Amino acid sequence: MPRRTDLRKILIIGSGPIIIGQACEFDYSGTQACKALRSEGFEVVLVNSNPATIMTDPDLAERTYIEPLTSESIAAIIDRERPDALLPTVGGQTGLNVSVELARSGVLDHYGVEMIGAKLHAVEVAEDRQLFKDAMTEIGLRSARSLVVKSLVDAKNFVGAIGLPAIIRPSFTLGGSGGGIAFNTEEFEAIVSRGLDVSPVHEVLVEESLLGWKEFELEVMRDFADNVVIICSIENFDPMGVHTGDSITVAPAQTLTDKEYQLMRDAAIRIIRKVGVETGGSNIQFAVHPEDGSLVVIEMNPRVSRSSALASKATGFPIAKIAAKLAVGYTLDEIPNDITLKTPASFEPTIDYVVAKIPRWNFEKFREADSTLGTQMKSVGEVMAIGRTFKEAVLKGLRSLERGKTLTSERVDPDNLMHNLLTPRPERLAYIHFALMSGHSVEELHRLTKIDPWFLNQLQEVVTLEKQVQQHSLDSLPADLLRECKRSGISDRALSELLKPSEAAPVTVAAVMNRRHNAGIRPVFKRVDTCAAEFESYTPYLYSTYEGECEADPSSKKKIVVLGSGPNRIGQGIEFDYCCCHASFALKEAGYETIMVNCNPETVSTDYDTSDRLYFEPLTFEDVMEIMEVEKPDGVIVQFGGQTPLNLALRLQAAGVPVIGTSPQSIDLAEDRKLFGQLLTELGIPQPQNGTARSKAEAREVAAQIGYPVLVRPSYVLGGRAMSIVYDQESLDHYMVTAVEASPERPVLIDRFLEDAFEYDVDAICDGDDLIIAGVMEHIEEAGIHSGDSTCVLPPIMIDLDLLERMKEYTHTLGKALHVVGLMNIQFAIQSGTVYVLEVNPRASRTVPYVSKATGVPLAKMAARVMAGEKLRDLGLVEELRVRHCFVKSPVFPFNKFPGVDSILGPEMRSTGEVMGVADSFGSAFAKAQISAGMRLPRGGTAFLSVNESDKMGLLPIARDFADLGFHIIATAGTRRFLLAQGLQAEHVFKVGEGRPHVVDHIKSGKIDIIINTPLGRQSRYDEKAIRRAAIQHGVACVTTLSGGAAVVNAIRTLRREKLTVRSLQEYHGALHESAARTP
Amino acid sequence: MKAILALEDGRSFTGRAFGAEGETSGEVVFNTSMSGYQEILTDPSYAGQIVIMTSPHIGNYGTNPEDEESGRPYVEGFVAREFSGIASNWRSRESLDSYLKRHNIIALSEVDTRALVRHIRTRGALRGVISTIELDPDRLVERARHIRSMLGSDLASSVTCGSSYDWIKAAKGPDGKTFRVVAYDFGIKRNILNNLAGAGCKVTVVPAFTSAEDILAATPDGVFLSNGPGDPEPLEYAVKAVRSLLGRIPVFGICLGHQIMGLALGGKTFKLKFGHRGGNQPVKNLLTGRVEITAQNHGFAVDPDSLNQSDVELTHMNLNDQTLEGMRHRSLPAFSVQYHPEASPGPHDSHYLFTQFQQLMLECRK
Ligand SMILES: Nc1ncnc2c1ncn2[C@@H]1O[C@H](COP(=O)(O)OP(=O)(O)O)[C@@H](O)[C@H]1O
Ligand SMILES: Nc1ncnc2c1ncn2[C@@H]1O[C@H](COP(=O)(O)OP(=O)(O)O)[C@@H](O)[C@H]1O
Ligand SMILES: [Mg+2]
Ligand SMILES: [Mg+2]
Repeated sequence: MPRRTDLRKILIIGSGPIIIGQACEFDYSGTQACKALRSEGFEVVLVNSNPATIMTDPDLAERTYIEPLTSESIAAIIDRERPDALLPTVGGQTGLNVSVELARSGVLDHYGVEMIGAKLHAVEVAEDRQLFKDAMTEIGLRSARSLVVKSLVDAKNFVGAIGLPAIIRPSFTLGGSGGGIAFNTEEFEAIVSRGLDVSPVHEVLVEESLLGWKEFELEVMRDFADNVVIICSIENFDPMGVHTGDSITVAPAQTLTDKEYQLMRDAAIRIIRKVGVETGGSNIQFAVHPEDGSLVVIEMNPRVSRSSALASKATGFPIAKIAAKLAVGYTLDEIPNDITLKTPASFEPTIDYVVAKIPRWNFEKFREADSTLGTQMKSVGEVMAIGRTFKEAVLKGLRSLERGKTLTSERVDPDNLMHNLLTPRPERLAYIHFALMSGHSVEELHRLTKIDPWFLNQLQEVVTLEKQVQQHSLDSLPADLLRECKRSGISDRALSELLKPSEAAPVTVAAVMNRRHNAGIRPVFKRVDTCAAEFESYTPYLYSTYEGECEADPSSKKKIVVLGSGPNRIGQGIEFDYCCCHASFALKEAGYETIMVNCNPETVSTDYDTSDRLYFEPLTFEDVMEIMEVEKPDGVIVQFGGQTPLNLALRLQAAGVPVIGTSPQSIDLAEDRKLFGQLLTELGIPQPQNGTARSKAEAREVAAQIGYPVLVRPSYVLGGRAMSIVYDQESLDHYMVTAVEASPERPVLIDRFLEDAFEYDVDAICDGDDLIIAGVMEHIEEAGIHSGDSTCVLPPIMIDLDLLERMKEYTHTLGKALHVVGLMNIQFAIQSGTVYVLEVNPRASRTVPYVSKATGVPLAKMAARVMAGEKLRDLGLVEELRVRHCFVKSPVFPFNKFPGVDSILGPEMRSTGEVMGVADSFGSAFAKAQISAGMRLPRGGTAFLSVNESDKMGLLPIARDFADLGFHIIATAGTRRFLLAQGLQAEHVFKVGEGRPHVVDHIKSGKIDIIINTPLGRQSRYDEKAIRRAAIQHGVACVTTLSGGAAVVNAIRTLRREKLTVRSLQEYHGALHESAARTP
Repeated sequence: MKAILALEDGRSFTGRAFGAEGETSGEVVFNTSMSGYQEILTDPSYAGQIVIMTSPHIGNYGTNPEDEESGRPYVEGFVAREFSGIASNWRSRESLDSYLKRHNIIALSEVDTRALVRHIRTRGALRGVISTIELDPDRLVERARHIRSMLGSDLASSVTCGSSYDWIKAAKGPDGKTFRVVAYDFGIKRNILNNLAGAGCKVTVVPAFTSAEDILAATPDGVFLSNGPGDPEPLEYAVKAVRSLLGRIPVFGICLGHQIMGLALGGKTFKLKFGHRGGNQPVKNLLTGRVEITAQNHGFAVDPDSLNQSDVELTHMNLNDQTLEGMRHRSLPAFSVQYHPEASPGPHDSHYLFTQFQQLMLECRK
């Protein structure tokens, strides 16, 4: 069947902000879908609330809406655009859920919009665990026995039947939180009770445990002609019980005989037919019993997923792109295979290498969180690595994680070895390695971890090599052993740590690298081609390995390498991938051959058709240098990938690599607070008083002389890590001894903490001569809350013009002083009329995509051209960029995934993603942003107010507004007394300690609609935390700053006054250009 | 221990010996299946061939008695990037290493199998020698040049059964009906026999040289032509027998059996550059328009243009290279496929063909 001709306009729904469990992979799938459908001549209407995505670039769709992903706003879009069809399967769970809502509520029928790819019924069967299990039974497949119960008694009766351990999953909790695995009756009762308590419908699913079974995934595709193919099989290194998203996974499956594999394949085909996913990709999870091979179906995702992104990158088969084409009528045999060109997409990729995916967690930012891995995903990012063997792939993956440690140097606690092997946690692999190093057997480790002996044996083989290396010094290391190590994926760095130091001098990485090169031991590059070399590959999608033949076949064109940003982590996410992709697009337009290096399988940058050539490699000095050796590029861009490439910049330059744009020295200068401080002083630009301390005593001195409160942080970490505001000497001492080990080489930085200061972000672009201010963003929250965690608005709404001018003037001065060529971001704080510089980042910043979407000018593209030598005026950038509407960016936090973590904001960044709200007025824009960020803004109801002493005055106007808006106000004793004194009505409510029903009871029973609660600063009290936790669990809007509170009432007022309207970026930008045209 | 694979065109690959020691030779071909190495090792169609597995890790799940496609491995030699030191699977009875040693199969690992495959892809299947004793590449290359070529060699006669026997598995068809089927053994795989039994066939396996008369004398419901190694052209005895069977009894052929039927129908066969070997080959059923993902293992093919298409209908086509994958006679009860509906290893998409054979026999009874 060829392309359908009855469809003209298709609506694609994105997945919204980056959250745990939904990351860049849906930008990748959405972007592919947009491209695929437009190349088929369809008109595409796209909606996504996340401005940091490539898919929301205005040139990827006819109409791009950055609007909340709620059925209301999407219904409004449908009303304006009248699409013929809706593709619900590329926007993750978010996109799918809202599509289902639109279908159920009749919106789709009303406007005659057809759901293509997956029909409502199919989605319902796949998504409803009970319906799905029934369907499985009907086709004779086994699934885990389970029962939905509403009481502890029922739960106990059922568990009597299935026995312990048991899996407990509360219904309808945010992020599936509140569940767990119970090993004994006590635990069982505790978890069930908690589950019933947190579930809004007081319901939990109790399920038979399959802990320790082998876990597999199949990526399946089906077309209208009912052809079904399996794109990839994925085996989990960590057995059942650890979420696939938190497991190391391997492709293809390694421990299944063909008989077992074909049974699974047959099952998958029966499942996709039974569930009735008409066309496109689905992800099906299976568990296999290690002792008798029995097969159990876990679940099916009737859409493209994180795993399908992984499968696409692992095989070279672009699942989302093909799925989009199938959705509009093509059959698999009508679609050519991009890589071989000659063969069709109706086949099953076969691969002649091994792929390993390894998750990355961020628990260091959520100290109170439980880092045990279970049935609920907790990782924030992942890397993929390709090697010819499992050993090579997994070791490449581990260094791609950039944890700054090798397996050898990981810190482990030998006394807790058994415990750490039994309990899956992020560190488990390090413990397995340690255990093998200290002579524990594969059998023993298998008993404890249930990890398949084959995988453990592979690690054992690595350890055997490592032990051989330990016998040698660099000079005595035999070339054969060295080659063997490299073939097994052991990095030069790991070798330098393993080798015996010769005459007391530790072995340097450089020395190992030298030795290796002198011995002529270098990697070659092989191609990912979907067919194990059976057919010629026309796509340079490459990975390194230590073998005989190199297929890199570099060109002699003028070429520029873009170094990517590696795994997502808090503080470095999709924004940087966005910038890297844009650099690549821009340079391609400028006629360069573009080469991308990255190791994050979720991203658009690792799509083989984003750049001319793709190296799927770790971003370490060793791996990047080997690419340089082969490609010999004319330029390398390190400015767009966040910290990852920046950490390599100086070394690459020293090694003679042509780093283009702002010089690594300038970037370094800006990071070095001491040198940078001197520069600011020379330039006469104010900065918060500061000093550095190498000891507790020094710290006391510095702080005393600067004056409290102070902001302290270690000098050697970034992203606001371990940053903290200290109010007195006592807490300072505490910080110095517990939080950091200060030492001469690792001093602690102490800044005067600017209280009640306004914070601003300024983004600018500079070509070395001219500098253009791209945007000034005003933070809603005061300084002290990480720029990445605060809501901000473009343009500023409250600032005095002369202060604004001063910030711009400082920006110009600094741009010149740092000889910036490319992008620059500055954070300012304004306190009582003085403008302070907090920090300068002479590189792409988190806000680049946001400002680009607001101004309609692709900053990263411009910057890339500038770095390649062009001038801003030649690119048509002659004056400061303007915006005519109000653009509000709001962060999104993972607190619902980490019960027990306090949601109070601070100088350490903890948000995983962001959304944007656009409108004519601040009120509407802010309201949209809040809604997109998942905050339930009540139109009326009960407001609970509780603030600390110093905030009481500031609370007054907010309280008044709530009162005017007819909210019923309740408050704790102190706040209430104050409000009454000011002539405001407020009902008294108990604190948690004081009696019942107390405030938390009210939150749980839905009696409170919004909470304004500022922390009591230092002596933060238990029930404060309890309040905020309850609010998160029950999805009650909870604001922890006064400025935030003020903005929220403002938004509520707007919501009551006017209905939110939707408009596309193209329209906003159009208006912008008209106005630009009008101004002479 | 060191071992070398040398090819007739002078290229050689040095790696590590695995399995048995010694020297072996054959036509070097590659298989792209990601699972099923034991079925591949024991498929008689690989007689005379050294098989390279493109999948880098081989041996992970060991070996077991159920997964054998015949009484012993038939490959001349086996090559992979890395053989597993341990066997990890609940069904495993013996590690691949000791299995290969026990059957005296010489294997080679730690070579750049991808480079090797790309070489064969461009040059075509080549004759080669693996040795763990002679380590001088030049001498081995010389030996490789003196191996007899696949083209024109009758290998079926060397792997066929000595005398006829009844297949142990009881006939159990979905509808209870049973049929008596005689299966020509040109190197038959056990799973074909199992699938026939599963389609209600009581199977008698007969040697390749069995005459049409002997077969008709036994008045079976149908005749099956099996897969097997080597070039179909020299098998005149089989072609002759099939020619006289056609039209007198339902005939179903697989792989070599398909090629023999092609010759019997007056067609020609030719040698493919490097063949089709793997479990992911897309085949279009020209009658239904559906695509089947198929298991394949053949170096020769029937040339569709050589067939009289007013008698013979082309039923299946390979979507990768448009070669003929299946045909049926327009008036006589005979059909055949080039690929392996019995899979093992490989996908089960084409299992319906056994039912089709059953239907055909049923119609001819009436
Ligand atoms: N019955 C079970 N016993 C043990 N582990 C389970 C069971 N069901 C699921 N899991 C584990 O929990 C993870 C998540 O379960 P899944 O049903 O896939 O939910 P999700 O929709 O979050 O992916 C799975 O990857 C698996 O490791
Ligand atoms: N002297 C200060 N006074 C008040 N707040 C500050 C001060 N210095 C930093 N901050 C706050 O801490 C946050 C993080 O500090 P910053 O220097 O930007 O570190 P990072 O490198 O993590 O961005 C800033 O966004 C700001 O809100
Ligand atoms: Mg899942
Ligand atoms: Mg900052």
